[in-house]
Amino acid sequence: MELTEEQEMIRDTVREIAREQIEPRAEEIDINSRFPKETFETLHELGLMGVPFPEAYGGADADTVTLALVVEEIAKVCGSTALGLAAHTSLCCWPVFAFGSDEQKKQYLPGLLSGGQFGALAITEPQAGSDVGALKTTAVVSGDDYVINGTKAFITNAGVASVCIVATVTDPEKGKQGMTNFIVPTDAPGFALGSVDEKLGMRGSDWAEVVLTDCRVPAANRLGNEGDGFEQLMAILDGGRIGIAALALGIAEGALEKTTAYAQERKQFGRPITSFQATKMKLAQMATDIEAARHLLFNAARRKDAGQPFAVEASMAKLFASEAAVRACKEAIQIYGGNGYSREYPVERYYRDAKLCTIGEGTSEIQRIIIARHILQS
Amino acid sequence: MKIVVCIKQVPDTETKVKIAADGKSLDPAGVDYVLNPYDEYAVEEAIKLKEANGSEVTILCLGTEAATKAIRTGLAMGADNAVLLKDENAAGRDWLSVAKTLAEELKALQPDLIFFGKQAMDDDSAAVGTAVAQILGLPSVANITSFALEGATATVQREVEGGIETLTATLPAIFTAHKGLNEPRYPSLKGIMSAKKKPVEEKAAAVCENGTEVVSMALPPERPPGKVIGEGVEAVEKLIDLLKNEAKVL
Repeated sequence: MELTEEQEMIRDTVREIAREQIEPRAEEIDINSRFPKETFETLHELGLMGVPFPEAYGGADADTVTLALVVEEIAKVCGSTALGLAAHTSLCCWPVFAFGSDEQKKQYLPGLLSGGQFGALAITEPQAGSDVGALKTTAVVSGDDYVINGTKAFITNAGVASVCIVATVTDPEKGKQGMTNFIVPTDAPGFALGSVDEKLGMRGSDWAEVVLTDCRVPAANRLGNEGDGFEQLMAILDGGRIGIAALALGIAEGALEKTTAYAQERKQFGRPITSFQATKMKLAQMATDIEAARHLLFNAARRKDAGQPFAVEASMAKLFASEAAVRACKEAIQIYGGNGYSREYPVERYYRDAKLCTIGEGTSEIQRIIIARHILQS
Repeated sequence: MKIVVCIKQVPDTETKVKIAADGKSLDPAGVDYVLNPYDEYAVEEAIKLKEANGSEVTILCLGTEAATKAIRTGLAMGADNAVLLKDENAAGRDWLSVAKTLAEELKALQPDLIFFGKQAMDDDSAAVGTAVAQILGLPSVANITSFALEGATATVQREVEGGIETLTATLPAIFTAHKGLNEPRYPSLKGIMSAKKKPVEEKAAAVCENGTEVVSMALPPERPPGKVIGEGVEAVEKLIDLLKNEAKVL
């Protein structure tokens, strides 16, 4: 795959940072469910928290392909860190950039892109996951403000974010056309974190419930017009899926790299286990899945950069890469055997992290629905 | 102030090098090239000075077209511009030939301060920086681990056997950087994105005769695999026996 000189140099730099700064912390943050703030300080300083945005807002002036490369390289060593970066960039910074007014962009983007702040997006509610149209969080006009009430679940970066985009219903009569998104500073009155659940994987990423109780935000914080919410969310998720595909691809590659090295060292019956066809078949399948996922991902990312429609390609990339990552990590554990099941070796962490990719930003099943809809409509 | 950092592109230290069919050069196929790690310290020190006093930092490199990659790394870290002395046979030059060619260019550039890495990770000659100083008649200190500048006087330190030596030199002067001089920065995305817009002047390198000739190259013999002789106290007796009678080191 042809990369520009800049893309290559950014990839190589991130690979080095991942190896030197991120990998050494990956196991510890997983065990302690700790968000690695010190890692993100470095990422912020180097401009990696604002990859695909113009310099005028504090971004790095790079593109979606570059963002995918950055997420992929970090995910090779630590899924949690890559997820934090991807969610911040695609789910919070991008909507402000794409749908925000000039004032909103000037107010929020510099802090998020290069000022050390984090962003989050709150769509999911306890009763509304895949069914985004069933949100119950309401926003009601009150003078020059809106007052927001509701509970959001599984919100990545919620606990560290300065800014959280909150999906609400402003006109329940209109269904999906009655939804509106708001830029909510997390220090707004009535914004609080709820419970923080233990999770299977991605344990070093921050997530929490967000509880909005008469949370008051100025009307100036509305993203676009009333009723724009649902369409905005669909567009946000289309882009977000490129991030999750890159995350899944990186995890799968990391698992393959580690497993290949292990299998070449590990001896059974007097020879390295790579001499057995059973191992070769698995490694070959993992590598082929990875290559396919890479092509799907970068095709979607290139289309987005070129301004072409990319939603269905992003769904395919996300679906295939996330399921391929789970398969690859499962086989990685199988090749490691008992060691793979042990926390002493990293591949069980990769397996737990990979599983998130089949759920977050639309489950595999939702991706198939999107893809099928596209086939049946055209 | 004008600072020149002389750099070299070398095979990535993680690359498994192969010897070419001629038996006296490296096979460039499949080799990933990087900025010589010691040169990173040199670039970092120059950029720190630039940040402190607004110096202009120029990267000077003798190499093939492919060396542009290492040059871009220096520019992405913060250097202002670069000169590439192109020679498709750069790898075949010995240290004296390289030093003479660089010295010629440095005469034209007229820098106040010149940094090198202490040695290149590929041929390890560790000679070029000092040789250039000799040719140009400039003061030089090799292997520096600290650098401070006051007016035109540089105070530097270098590690010597069992201690630290502190020296001063009046600019213009040449210093070669050792590990510990600083912590080279990662290029920022902004640095990388702007590196391509920075001027890189390319010109043919002057031809200089080699004083030496590589006759052959050989990889070191493969080390025999280690062996596990047991664990804990039980293994001690056997270990001592092997150290005495097999390795003969006791």
